[in-house]
Amino acid sequence: MRFGPIFVTFLTGATLIAIFFIPHRAAQQTQSVILEWADVVYTFALILGSISLWMSHQKKVQQRGEGWIYSTVTLIALAGVTTLGVVQGVGGDTIVGKLYDSVNAPLASTMFSLLAFFIASAAFRAFRARNVEATLLLVTAIVMMIGRVSIGEFLWKGFPPLTEWLLDVPNLAAKRAVAIGVGLGAISTALKIILGIDRSYLGRS
Amino acid sequence: MAATPNAFWQRILGIDRRWIFVLVGLGTMLPLLFPVNLPVATSPRVQAAYDAIEAVPEGSIVLMSLDYEPDIMAELQPMSVAVLRHCFRRNLKPVILTLYPAGPRLVERALAVAAAAEGKKRYDDYVFLGYKSGNQAVILGLGENIRGLFPTDFYGVRTDSIPMMQKVNSYADFPLLINLSGSSIADYYIRIGASRYHRPMILGSTAVMATDYYPYLSSRQILGLIGGMKGAAEYERLMGIVGDARRGMDAQSLVHVIVVLLVLLGNVALFATGGLKPRIGGGA
Repeated sequence: MRFGPIFVTFLTGATLIAIFFIPHRAAQQTQSVILEWADVVYTFALILGSISLWMSHQKKVQQRGEGWIYSTVTLIALAGVTTLGVVQGVGGDTIVGKLYDSVNAPLASTMFSLLAFFIASAAFRAFRARNVEATLLLVTAIVMMIGRVSIGEFLWKGFPPLTEWLLDVPNLAAKRAVAIGVGLGAISTALKIILGIDRSYLGRS
Repeated sequence: MAATPNAFWQRILGIDRRWIFVLVGLGTMLPLLFPVNLPVATSPRVQAAYDAIEAVPEGSIVLMSLDYEPDIMAELQPMSVAVLRHCFRRNLKPVILTLYPAGPRLVERALAVAAAAEGKKRYDDYVFLGYKSGNQAVILGLGENIRGLFPTDFYGVRTDSIPMMQKVNSYADFPLLINLSGSSIADYYIRIGASRYHRPMILGSTAVMATDYYPYLSSRQILGLIGGMKGAAEYERLMGIVGDARRGMDAQSLVHVIVVLLVLLGNVALFATGGLKPRIGGGA
């Protein structure tokens, strides 16, 4: 029962890796076909996700579970926007376009902008110079916060070059190390899955 | 009875966080209502992005992928407008797409502003392909058959019938790839568009993401990097325009100053109340 999925995984993984390094036209055409398959898979995933979302919220509404009123809003929005989008399109002059401009865009921006308030409060309570490491972090954060905005240059001409040095030397060194580590980790995980060593994706440990 | 200094600092430490929210709110609102227009210094990374567009021959068709949604539009929307205006001003013709389902309306808005400011027309000077699901698969597909991947543009016009699109069908046909992104989509463009298909690329990202892409700058996998609202403000300055980014930088500056002052105040208060006992090493 498990041989089939493991074999398909190996074949797909090995083929895609090989194609990546083969510039021949036949290899590229194979890749194009596989890409079209991927598009079909993505589309079905979207349909599956929408059905799953609908069923989950419908159940909550039927059982009058906690927050069922929000589930009702979700169901109405899902059905309404999908229907209007299919019938009318999603351009600027359509109802979906107007809903997007007047509801979705301001709400999403507002939710994200709330972060600034919570970050300010958290920084006040948590950013303490309790030891040498924490002090280093604190000083660096202050230099970056002031040096990376317009007022930094206005206060002291040395702020922008100092922040550039922090970004280009210590930051870059750490980022390179992390990137190389992540790359090696990704290769190792991919090989374990392709070779059938890691079979957790089959649903068993 | 007057409060002791220690009691004062205790009160500071226990300040209601809503006062902090009020301060941040005022720090954001006031500079937007009464702009100061603080100076913006140009970083070498943004200058490099600007120069990369300057180096593209006039009349060329460039590929732009604007991959963000309203949550981060404060940073990336002004950037899109500035970069689009630069392309238009240099008579470059962008082919634009987005890999985010809520992206098309933002792209339309950016195009409306930039095209009106520079006097450009759809299909003559730019094409908007719209949204396509599939992230990596789409980015790979752009290297093979763009018109196959996008049979119609965002407005339902067949791409085969658009004269501008008849000249391009894969990465190889574009002298420059521009990606303004708020997610790991930028990584895919670097790995596939810039590295595999060897296209010169410039990247715009949110401020928190920007440092992740510094290694790609030094390896020349990307030619320039525009980071966050600050980067967008620098770009606007290079363009000689005052847009939302330059207006927003005043607010960002004041809020940063408020946060720094709050952090300093918190440390002084903790030190004054004896809660801060400096030591070497150990946990925080």
